Amino acid sequence: MNDEALGFIFLNACLVNNFVLAYFLGICPFLGVSGKLETATRMGGAVCFVMLVSSMCAFGINQLLTAINAPYLQLISYIVVIASTVQLVEMFIKKVSPALFRQLGIFLPLITTNCAILGLALFQTNKGYDFIQSIVYALGAGIGFTLALILMAGIREKLELASVPELVQGTAITLMIAGILSLSFMGFAGLGA
Amino acid sequence: MNSPDTAKLTPSTDEFIKGLWRENPVFVQVLGMCPVLAVTNSAVNALSMGLATTFVIVLSNTLVSTLRNFIPKQVRIATFILIIATFVTVVDYLIQAISLDIHRALGAFISLIVVNCLILGRAEAFASKNTVGRSILDGLGMGVGFTFALLCLGGVREILGSGSLFGVALFPDGFQPWVVMILPSGGFFTLGVLLLVFNRIRSRQEQQQALLQEVAS
Repeated sequence: MNDEALGFIFLNACLVNNFVLAYFLGICPFLGVSGKLETATRMGGAVCFVMLVSSMCAFGINQLLTAINAPYLQLISYIVVIASTVQLVEMFIKKVSPALFRQLGIFLPLITTNCAILGLALFQTNKGYDFIQSIVYALGAGIGFTLALILMAGIREKLELASVPELVQGTAITLMIAGILSLSFMGFAGLGA
Repeated sequence: MNSPDTAKLTPSTDEFIKGLWRENPVFVQVLGMCPVLAVTNSAVNALSMGLATTFVIVLSNTLVSTLRNFIPKQVRIATFILIIATFVTVVDYLIQAISLDIHRALGAFISLIVVNCLILGRAEAFASKNTVGRSILDGLGMGVGFTFALLCLGGVREILGSGSLFGVALFPDGFQPWVVMILPSGGFFTLGVLLLVFNRIRSRQEQQQALLQEVAS
């Protein structure tokens, strides 16, 4: 059992070991959806929610798999849970707010293949967090992901007005900016242990 | 594929070769970025990750294209993910059996091969529409191309960040390693620069081809 303090877990997941900038999880949406500030914020919200729900489910599944002694089923059951959660979120948003559903479009189903979510489920199992700790960890990771996405989107909106050489345009310049962002997030390393 | 005449041989070898350069999964399609950045802090890690991904992509392509007429269209993505997850579990235990050190170094990223968009992308875009033989070749080509890209990145980062390649020291004792290269930010920088170089080479090739066509006409 792990007895880290809750605030520490939150800070760790959100800033010190930011999922995008330190663990390289969820790079695809980070590069793909960070063009506009508005979409980035919405995407971050959706990912946060899916993270919370799948973290809770993963905790339950892990208890069950440990009870029946079948750790080799871990990966397969996690991915199924995440896929169904995303499906559920999709139906929920479609019913409650059709406008938001249209805005998110293709990015909603793509959350299934966002490695940040599967990574979160695997990390919390490896670290042996209990139920409350898992929820805090998921919340921290989700907010950290949203933060990275919003920062990137803000920079890229400004970048559209700058004159970037033709060869560096697109992914190359985005990656270099991500490198600088990641460098600045290393400054938070003093907060963690 | 087993008949030796060149007319049939050319297109199938093309399935293999396109993954190496023209449709390289990392440099051209920019797919599967997470493992590309996360495990390339040394050449050994990069190579083992590349080989593991190649293994999964070849086997999942084979199974998907074998079953392509039996999988209902509505649940195909879920089926593909389940097939991939099975092979990833196999690879996870295989690496654990071969070398515990590598398993520890790669950590959760072996399991995360499941969500590598490259593998699902090939299953959906290629294996579900083509014969088994061609799908295997396609998977092999993509896998080798992916490994090549990982090695480029891992090699550069290990040489600059630790002053060695595959664990063999390259420089005399006075060399001050550029530690930031093996940290996360170094991964982003190196990949950005490699993409830049790749873009340059390709735009050069295109210019030359355009020039040749102009001269010919």
